[in-house]
Amino acid sequence: MTVTAVRKQAETFTMTLEAEFDAPADRVWQLWADPRQLERWWGPPTYPATVDAHDLRPGGRVEYHMTGPEGDQPRGYWEVARVDPPRSLAFRDGFANEDGTPNTGLPATESRVTIEEIGGGRTRMSIESIFPSAEAMEQVLAMGMEEGLKQAVGQIDAILAENSIARA
Amino acid sequence: MDGIGRTFASDWRGSGGLAWQWGPRIPDLTATGYNRMVVSMQTIVRDFDGTFAALADATRRDIVRRAIAGEEGVSELAEHYPMSFAAVQKHVAVLERAGLVSKERIGRRKVVRTNREGLHMARRLLDQYEELWRGRIARMTDLITETEETDA
Repeated sequence: MTVTAVRKQAETFTMTLEAEFDAPADRVWQLWADPRQLERWWGPPTYPATVDAHDLRPGGRVEYHMTGPEGDQPRGYWEVARVDPPRSLAFRDGFANEDGTPNTGLPATESRVTIEEIGGGRTRMSIESIFPSAEAMEQVLAMGMEEGLKQAVGQIDAILAENSIARA
Repeated sequence: MDGIGRTFASDWRGSGGLAWQWGPRIPDLTATGYNRMVVSMQTIVRDFDGTFAALADATRRDIVRRAIAGEEGVSELAEHYPMSFAAVQKHVAVLERAGLVSKERIGRRKVVRTNREGLHMARRLLDQYEELWRGRIARMTDLITETEETDA
């Protein structure tokens, strides 16, 4: 098990995933910094990614396309916000049009990657993905309802549990 | 919390032919569903937002809870709250638009009933993001293992 923790905060539209690798931080950083390595893990096996541009500097862009089983090629890009090798990386991950320009009609996700050595030759990587939330987030903050929404998520789970018991 | 969500999600997947009764289909973020995800992402995000916005109000959450039984109409629901019928009706309308409740006719009455699919949509979306990233981490691990073997 390399994934050690997953936290899903529905109320802030955030998912944090932690994983540990038997490798030093520099090696883990290469997975992001070397485009040939990045394309070997970014896309699922039937939608392999090809990295077309890779400028991992603040303000730089990473552009990629994926090739599907029917030859379809969805495109995506990263807008790099912060880079601190081999410790952290922050970028905005969005979908692109056929000509590589950002498809503003589709949502972009903010991602923050943190890499730290934890001793014994092991490295922990954490990825925080913030889902776009526009309207709901504004509304939630305006109403000061963050706590309430957390409860709502708890309630959703309780309701779902009731439902699965009822079905069983 | 997550355990319950996950159990439910796999229960839903396991039912195979069960169609999504409400709203747009949630994209499957696994390999074959990737392109469908791109296509339908916009709609999903909008509805995901709507779901949470609707749940961001204590009265509306309470209505959702009460409407699980599906026995009360808007006027009966309104009796539980220190507010006007019109105000409660407005809350029900917000929940209806978000796909969280629907009105059903039972004989001559109209009752408000909670739509369970609408409720677990938000959780499912996060579950699918988790799956996407778990796949990536697995491939990263393979890659690291592979280079270790080459170096050795």
